[in-house]
Amino acid sequence: MISYSFDFSFLLTAWPAFLRGAWLTIVLAGTSIALGFVLGLVCAILRSGKSKLLSGLVGIYVEVIRNTPFLVQVFIVYFGLPSLGLRLSAETSAVIALVINTGAYSSEIIRAGIDSIAKGQLEAAECLGLNKLQVYWHIILIPAVERVYPALSSQFVLLMLSSSITSQISAQELTAEANMIQSETFRSFEVYLIVAAVYLALSVLFRVVLWGIGQFAFVRRRKLRT
Amino acid sequence: MSVTEAAGTRPRNETAPGAEPIIVVDNVSKSFGPLQVLHGVSLTIERGTMVAIVGRSGSGKSTLLRCMNALEEINGGTIQVCGNRVAMDDRASVKRLRSEVGMVFQSYNLFPHLTVLRNITLALTVVQKKSRADADAIAHKVLGLVGLADKAEAYPEQLSGGQAQRVAIARSLALSPKVLLFDEVTSALDPELTGEVLKVMEDLARDGMTMVLVTHEMAFARRLADIVVFMHQGKVWEAGPPAEIFADPKTPELRQFLSSGL
Amino acid sequence: MITFSSTHLIYLIEAARWTVLLSVLAFIGGGAFGLVLALGRVSQHKWLRWLSAAYIQIIQGTPLLVVLFLAYFGLSILGLDIPPIIAAGLSLTLYTSAFLGEIWRGCILSVPKTQWEASNCIGLSRMQQYRHVILPQAARIAIPPTVGFMVQIIKNTSITSIIGFVELARAGQIVNNSTFEPFITFVFVAIIYFAMCYPLSLASRHFERKLNVGN
Repeated sequence: MISYSFDFSFLLTAWPAFLRGAWLTIVLAGTSIALGFVLGLVCAILRSGKSKLLSGLVGIYVEVIRNTPFLVQVFIVYFGLPSLGLRLSAETSAVIALVINTGAYSSEIIRAGIDSIAKGQLEAAECLGLNKLQVYWHIILIPAVERVYPALSSQFVLLMLSSSITSQISAQELTAEANMIQSETFRSFEVYLIVAAVYLALSVLFRVVLWGIGQFAFVRRRKLRT
Repeated sequence: MSVTEAAGTRPRNETAPGAEPIIVVDNVSKSFGPLQVLHGVSLTIERGTMVAIVGRSGSGKSTLLRCMNALEEINGGTIQVCGNRVAMDDRASVKRLRSEVGMVFQSYNLFPHLTVLRNITLALTVVQKKSRADADAIAHKVLGLVGLADKAEAYPEQLSGGQAQRVAIARSLALSPKVLLFDEVTSALDPELTGEVLKVMEDLARDGMTMVLVTHEMAFARRLADIVVFMHQGKVWEAGPPAEIFADPKTPELRQFLSSGL
Repeated sequence: MITFSSTHLIYLIEAARWTVLLSVLAFIGGGAFGLVLALGRVSQHKWLRWLSAAYIQIIQGTPLLVVLFLAYFGLSILGLDIPPIIAAGLSLTLYTSAFLGEIWRGCILSVPKTQWEASNCIGLSRMQQYRHVILPQAARIAIPPTVGFMVQIIKNTSITSIIGFVELARAGQIVNNSTFEPFITFVFVAIIYFAMCYPLSLASRHFERKLNVGN
């Protein structure tokens, strides 16, 4: 067995690049989470709505996205769309692909939440005089999202990790920066060890921030957990 | 202070009970698919009275109650509440109905994501467009009436069944309904918890609230109802003052029901 | 200029066989290790619980792509000149084991506690309890999510294209490099993935419904 000496000296010069990459990962993932959540919410509403057509279309969208690899989705957006006359920057393509992907997963999660609302809740709200829209907002949507928020959070952390794949269209996020550094330093293993550690830290960061948002948005969580 | 004054409804009838019909059910039929559950039911409920509907499960009593509040569509006949005909497809009529009729369910149906206080103020602020402060004041008042003033900030999952059901009653009461419908409100409760709910209902009755209850609590119906309605096979089989119904059942079905149910 | 033709399509479908092979390898390797992890997570020994939990947290908190790079470059540090399929298979095994371990842990925990007590009362050892009472019941609950996770495995094999392993996604890139028709090429790639994944998604849902009806 060949002895190998680890060498992390590249960090002395390369750390700003890691930080830059990590920051872009945060921005990419943060933007995509926000937009993907909104898309997922809209799709969940349409999916459980009255219109058969819209519900069917959303169903197709969700199944297509959930049953094809994210890498291929990224390729279609970045390489495929220009051949249809739509040319986008790598970062824009990355966000679009991430949003489309997250929208599909979120909508399934939120829909499960909507389905879990008991019929008696709706009747009680109707009897109190709430109209359809008020019932939908106060009695279905808000409690549904509250109920599935932990599952949504896990999905959002997975999305942040998936954003590493956008390095393949040279969106300059963390993994792409790492690829550059390792091609200059040839300390591949060390570089990816550092990157793995940064991603772990980012997972923790995202989990904490998402938890905080949940505590802020859902008062019951805050009160009953403590 | 009486329950109904606090909630803003009129105190016990200036007119004598029985003078003014508030719910008129006329020849109502209702089917679920091929199964007909109501066969030409007619019933008049007068202001300030408590009407107890009793019968075996499957006799149509809960369905009748739900029809009165437009939770089920009727297939024939008419129902009038406070002079207005109930029609599920007429939004304005349903809206008016909801403002006049409150309903309490067997399974409480409190909103789990809202505090007790917010459960009560939701409709006050969202439907009646009251300010948060006014709504809170009303909520505290009705919570006091059901003996739960200290539970305003609790969440439904922190309540016992009896407390949850009292909150549900308070929630209906806050909207100052003219009629309250109770759908087997004590059936899901442990026996030792039914008393506190029945006590609240008794207070309401004494203050002149018009109440229609589907119930298995025979002793309660016997003691407090003005009219007891026995339903059987989707029809009003017998109806009358409790003294008559319990002491002198006319039909073998009611006799059998009373002997098995008590 | 070469346009996308049936030859290319056949090439893609042939490459998809490697996707299937890699998925099967990852499922077998990851399944075996995942079972160990699941048992570790519910072990009576604190350090075993802690160790498997730490492993799962680390793998689930790192992108598969980075795990793949670590496997690829790590193995080459050992001086082994290994084909990409080994690094691909290793990283997918690590990834799969962490997720299946966590899924199966949930399934084991969802077997009612009374089953442990009852089987303890009739004198079974802990191993026997697992073997005869707990795992058979947990397995029934585990079928829907496990089949569902197979979809994730198949999709994630696409990432191994990045280290040059020629499976479906890599084949798509190769075809694209000669046809310069990225849209149609990758749409076909997506369709082939869909054809492999969708039946599993349907099966997972079917099993879940069956399980719910059974209970």
